[in-house]
Amino acid sequence: MENKKTILDIHNFSVSFEQYGSGFKKTTLPVIHNLDITVHQGEMVAIVGSSGSGKSLLAHGILGIQPYNATLGGEIIYNGEVLTEERKKALRGSEIVLVPQGTSYLDPLMKVGPQVLKGKNDKKLKERLDKIFKGYNLRDNVYNLYPFELSGGMNRRIMVSTAMMAQPKLVVADEPTPGLHMEMAKKVMSHFRELADNGAGVLVITHDLEQAIEVADRIVVFYAGTTLEDADVKDFEKEETLRHPYTKALWRAMPKNGFKFIDGIQPYVKAMPEGCVFGPRCPHFTEECKCAIPYKNVKDGRVRCIKAEEN
Amino acid sequence: MILLIIAVSVASFVLISVSPIDPLQANIGQAALGSMSAEQIEKLQAYWGVGTPAYQRFFSWAADFFRGDMGISLLYRQPVADVIKVKLANSLYLMTIAWLISGIIGFIMGIIAGINKGRFIDKAIKGYSLLIASTPAFWLALVLLMVFAVWLQILPIGLSVPIGVEASGVTFADKIQHAILPAVTLSITGISNITLHTREKMIEIMESDYVLFSRARGESTYNIIKNHGIRNVMLPAITLQFGSISEIFGGSVLVEQIFSYPGLGQAAVTAGLGSDVPLLLGITVISAVFVFGGNLIANILYGIIDPRIRRGGKLS
Ligand SMILES: Nc1ncnc2c1ncn2[C@@H]1O[C@H](COP(=O)(O)OP(=O)(O)OP(=O)(O)O)[C@@H](O)[C@H]1O
Ligand SMILES: [Mg+2]
Repeated sequence: MENKKTILDIHNFSVSFEQYGSGFKKTTLPVIHNLDITVHQGEMVAIVGSSGSGKSLLAHGILGIQPYNATLGGEIIYNGEVLTEERKKALRGSEIVLVPQGTSYLDPLMKVGPQVLKGKNDKKLKERLDKIFKGYNLRDNVYNLYPFELSGGMNRRIMVSTAMMAQPKLVVADEPTPGLHMEMAKKVMSHFRELADNGAGVLVITHDLEQAIEVADRIVVFYAGTTLEDADVKDFEKEETLRHPYTKALWRAMPKNGFKFIDGIQPYVKAMPEGCVFGPRCPHFTEECKCAIPYKNVKDGRVRCIKAEEN
Repeated sequence: MILLIIAVSVASFVLISVSPIDPLQANIGQAALGSMSAEQIEKLQAYWGVGTPAYQRFFSWAADFFRGDMGISLLYRQPVADVIKVKLANSLYLMTIAWLISGIIGFIMGIIAGINKGRFIDKAIKGYSLLIASTPAFWLALVLLMVFAVWLQILPIGLSVPIGVEASGVTFADKIQHAILPAVTLSITGISNITLHTREKMIEIMESDYVLFSRARGESTYNIIKNHGIRNVMLPAITLQFGSISEIFGGSVLVEQIFSYPGLGQAAVTAGLGSDVPLLLGITVISAVFVFGGNLIANILYGIIDPRIRRGGKLS
């Protein structure tokens, strides 16, 4: 991967919300902080994290569709240049595409065909879409149906189709496969894989570690709004090659590795622990962990844990 | 619908019956009554229905009504149906103009404000709407009357046709000229409600996930409004617009009174104050028909326009 060009380089990224608490006191809620991710051309990177860790927010931040009261910090470099809000506007929908998380991202009152075509009446585009629909086992008549007339899985395929309509250099897919049965999920993933093999960078957000291991090249573990580990997919073959205690815990929770879950829950933004965000649940937690934890390079990967060592 | 009309007519009848207005005093006057013989007074009492029990009067009215006879107006001494026909024609075009103007302008202003939420234009439209919404219609009518009819003298002060001109000599332009002020008053008061509601809805739509996704797909704001905004704001707007018929009817009573515009609203006031029971009931029922009719049309349109209702049964 080293010789491939970097398409997306997110550095020290943060998303925070300004909130007015009691007595007009303004507080900032850093939902995402200290986030680092890189995606190379031809590479498929999976972001794995549990619910509410800020995955969708990250995806929306890359596309420039974050909520109005959100403030972005840090730096996003796309294709060698800083990705400013203007550049996001210019590139999204053509070079950078999003596959959104839920069916609510489709207009309930617009037929899905015209919706995918953005209301354009173009014969060439329509033919292209027909081919894509066929590939996803969507019959011709689907073109003229409304989202409410389709099943959840079909709507998901419609949203994936929107990404396939463009010729993207960067795909951000926010949990594109839940609700699809195994075979269709694999098919959708294989299409993202194809896009990557053809030179695009693909960032897939999921909470399904097994699926991520199956299709991705690299896995980034996301926890409480930050990245804890960045590991090559082959590091997930054994627990020993993994770096962070949380990643190891995720690994042990996989069905084939014993289904063992750790106690506790992800901390809430307003009650972040001092120092390491994983501290309260970590078996190796000590006083030393109560400081700003750097994201350091360990064994060709990266980890946010002071105890992770080269060995 | 029929049940509703029965309920409305019973309710208004009860209200009239308990009203303290003595029809004789109201219409003939204390002085005239004093100089009349007992016999004459008795005759008049019979004419106005004084002394007959209320339920009896109601049933005789209702029985006639269902035969298609709305009775004779006691004040106009003409069949109620004829009186209403004339007044309704006058009012209807006043109200239709006001209804269309307020609907269209309110819709457009609401959309403009909604998509520019927080900007100057939004604040201006919202401020204007709130100001108008809290302004009494009669006060607005008086101000317009003063400015355009008294000071500038470019529009007539009242009535629906010029004074002293034969019916055949009244031109369409005359009619329009006389309807402008009342129609404008009615529209202005109607606009704010529709604007504020449309704005609210539009803001909600512009913040929806599907608009967000359209943005992410690089659609322009214009395209988003065209493809998703109008489409989704249309349904609530229709409900609102047809629901506003009742407000226009209510508003017209006041406005017609101020502009001495001989419409249904004015007739209702006259009938109410003069205890012209058949006329008042007739007007009430007709108004109810229009208001319910409006809601009915809104429901039917909803079924035609909203695919979730139109096609809902097919695939579930
Ligand atoms: N507009 C907002 N104002 C304040 N907080 C917000 C706002 N939008 C999102 N958040 C917070 O950001 C956090 C992350 O939300 P996000 O949807 O990105 O999570 P996620 O990782 O995608 O979860 P899921 O797996 O359920 O999709 C949530 O805890 C939510 O409370
Ligand atoms: Mg999400």
